[in-house]
Amino acid sequence: MNTVLSRANTIFAFTLSVMAGLTFCCFLTTSMNDHLSPIKIDVNKIIVKNVQDFSTTRDKNDLGFITFDLQADLQHLFNWNMKQLFLYLTAEYTTPNNKLNQVVLWDKIIRRGENARLDYRSLHSKYYFFDDGKGLRGNQNVTLTLSWNVIPNAGTLPRISGVGSKTFQFPDEYTPGNARI
Amino acid sequence: MMDFGFLDDVRRMNKRQLYYQVLNFAMIVSSALMIWKGLMVVTGSESPIVVVLSGSMEPAFHRGDLLFLTNYQEDPIRVGEIVVFKVEGRDIPIVHRVIKLHEKEDGTVKFLTKGDNNSVDDRGLYAPGQLWLHRKDVVGRARGFVPYVGIVTILMNDYPKFKYAILACLGAFVLIHRE
Repeated sequence: MNTVLSRANTIFAFTLSVMAGLTFCCFLTTSMNDHLSPIKIDVNKIIVKNVQDFSTTRDKNDLGFITFDLQADLQHLFNWNMKQLFLYLTAEYTTPNNKLNQVVLWDKIIRRGENARLDYRSLHSKYYFFDDGKGLRGNQNVTLTLSWNVIPNAGTLPRISGVGSKTFQFPDEYTPGNARI
Repeated sequence: MMDFGFLDDVRRMNKRQLYYQVLNFAMIVSSALMIWKGLMVVTGSESPIVVVLSGSMEPAFHRGDLLFLTNYQEDPIRVGEIVVFKVEGRDIPIVHRVIKLHEKEDGTVKFLTKGDNNSVDDRGLYAPGQLWLHRKDVVGRARGFVPYVGIVTILMNDYPKFKYAILACLGAFVLIHRE
């Protein structure tokens, strides 16, 4: 069995298994990383309004507006088996309606080679902070956390919360009309 | 000129060898099926391995990348997670990220998804009038990732003739080949 076809077949099969083996070893070398990093979040301005939620029921729901500062150095998280980090800032709170509410306010993709030292001032949220009802006004305990989803070249997809979070409260009165921050 | 030498191989086989080849083929097919069904039991997901079919999660996932899913019911869904869900009226499951979530006291949960590469959330993709996804819509949650491996499936989907050619070649090879 020394035909061209059988030799090509053998070479192809061997190449595939070597590549699979190497990929698995690459995954093993980074599988023990905890991907943790300290972060710093500060909230500047906070207002809450009661407006028509055009995206869902068209009822009047609470809509929060905040601006925030963000500092983090995530450069050391990158290694040879890290394709990108997906960063997302989550607001987490409890309302009489719901035991748990999580709303992503802002996100960012950092690919390998891009700047991973974040230092933002007075960022506006990227997505609307609509509550599922009227649970934001006077809410005493809204927690902001920055988390990241690790996207490897090959391997698991862990989601890690940054060390450090910020808790703030919404004002007791709605901001009227078209006033914005 | 086509060479039909391989048919001589078949002609030279006796009955026992022929049976052996056919049984061997059946063995390969059934073990593939067993592995697939076994994975379904272990992961709790109705399709434990999916191929990414669209670019809506780029640059994380490209067309042809392979995802491993689990779907343990006791494992709560949280924001930031990549879920695979089915929408009524669409055959193909969608792989997107959860960006908003509300969970009631009794554990019922409703959530909204968005593709990393899309500028708007998925409400336009859901069934008409559907505003949220629920637990039952989820086929699985992405847990592992391998690039490129699924590209063969995409080729097969795009070019059905290629699929039949591959299947015919593999079948013929297994039946005819003698060790």
